[in-house]
Amino acid sequence: MQYMLLIYTDPAQEPKYGTPEFGAMMAGYNAATSAMRTDGVFRSGDGLQGLHTATSVRLKAGKVETMDGPFAETKEYLGGYYVIDVPDLDAAVKYAAMIPSAGYCTVEIRPVMVY
Amino acid sequence: MTTDAPDDLARMLAAVMRQDRGRILAAVAARLGDLQRAEDAVQEAAASALVHWARSGPPDRPTAWLIRVAFRKAIDRLRGAKRSDATTAALTLLARDEAAEDPEMIPDDRLRLIFTCCHPALDPKSRVALTLRTIAGLTTAEVAAVFLDAEPTMGQRLSRAKAKIAAARIPFVVPEPEAWTDRLNSVLTVVYLIFTAGYSRGTPTDLCNEAIFLARLLTGLAPDQAEVEGCLALLLLTHARAAARIGSDGSSVPPARQDRRLWDVAMLAEGQAILERALARRDPGPFQIKAAIAALHAAQEGPDWRQIAALYARLHHYEPTPVVQLNRAVAIAEAGGLDDALAVLRSLEDELADYQPYHAARAEYLGRSGDIGAAVSAYDIAIRQAVSHSDAALLIRNRDNLLARPKSQS
Repeated sequence: MQYMLLIYTDPAQEPKYGTPEFGAMMAGYNAATSAMRTDGVFRSGDGLQGLHTATSVRLKAGKVETMDGPFAETKEYLGGYYVIDVPDLDAAVKYAAMIPSAGYCTVEIRPVMVY
Repeated sequence: MTTDAPDDLARMLAAVMRQDRGRILAAVAARLGDLQRAEDAVQEAAASALVHWARSGPPDRPTAWLIRVAFRKAIDRLRGAKRSDATTAALTLLARDEAAEDPEMIPDDRLRLIFTCCHPALDPKSRVALTLRTIAGLTTAEVAAVFLDAEPTMGQRLSRAKAKIAAARIPFVVPEPEAWTDRLNSVLTVVYLIFTAGYSRGTPTDLCNEAIFLARLLTGLAPDQAEVEGCLALLLLTHARAAARIGSDGSSVPPARQDRRLWDVAMLAEGQAILERALARRDPGPFQIKAAIAALHAAQEGPDWRQIAALYARLHHYEPTPVVQLNRAVAIAEAGGLDDALAVLRSLEDELADYQPYHAARAEYLGRSGDIGAAVSAYDIAIRQAVSHSDAALLIRNRDNLLARPKSQS
């Protein structure tokens, strides 16, 4: 069963780029990704660029409305994701807990819809 | 002869279901991986029991009969469902065990079901509700009454929880060793919440006994576990004093002033023996500490408050909550450290502003320290916040005694 692990981050809570803590966090991400690959559960995963790069789109009466910024202005926002294929929620929790951002913010687990 | 009359059969079935519904449901759910479908299969098996038992007489072993037929009903439902890897796997399991010589000999799956019902991915209220419904076998109406909810509201809550178990695939398994301690604590916390719900207000179902039933069941399903034994010991040591908790005038009676003749001596002794067995395993945990505190409260020679204070300090290590600190402050005061206790109480002022027992404790110890004005206003807050009449009655009496005291003593 596939689960998406949505990584919600708040830059104020996470280590700053260039600090040793930041290096440790990135090493943690590499370790998590390679554990998922080694265990054969990794399907995809990426980090997303910052909120200042976000563009939101809506279709109003057939007309494309483009706006600067994210869907909702919140302190924590979607910063990246993994998609993993594991037998059950307990296994998904185990991998979610490997993601360093779980130590600073929140990782949300959502089962992927099966059609 | 008379046992074949429809009324007798229905009564017999009801008795079997009351006793073994959890066992049957767990067997089906563990194979099916879906609690709602499992409940439906068990329901259908019970319905067909009435028909078949009336025709050919009740079976020698009704539980085995019901498990086998519930497996068949589950197979029928899966055959009609959409094919997937999961349904194929479930079908294989069910078909194998349906053909087993004696379905009652398959291992008891209730432990797996309990861990699922108490999974931390479900919200705490749903964990309690689901455990009462599936393991303790209460009806939805009875579970609703526990929470003072309307039956349809509770029905929706239970459905949502079962739907999440199925959709997010919360497994029906006993957790792995690295998760065991936390997950077991989640289960025992649910059992304890059920117990305290029965303790704090009268509900139509005797929740204290349901909780003790669950704790006993767990000691059988997960034997040699110190914390499981600690939980059962805690419930027994607390419940043994239940009859003495409310005085003849309807007010709460603190343990130290309870009429010991009303204590259930056999239950106390059983609780103490189970606690000693747990402690001998040298695998400490919060439930054993709470049980040890309950045992000290019930000690023949009166409570050893110094030791109780030390145990609350240890409990705070597992449960760093202001309520544990409050209990520690009370023990410190009772052990003679009034000033230290008042200092701890002051540090909790913000966190426990809305917690009635906090103000009741402050009132008591401010009164003892001679600060009558502050004590009376603390009593007034505590009386306003009291949820039960018995608690309010005790507080009003204490406040009035304090006011009636001659000035020279204060």
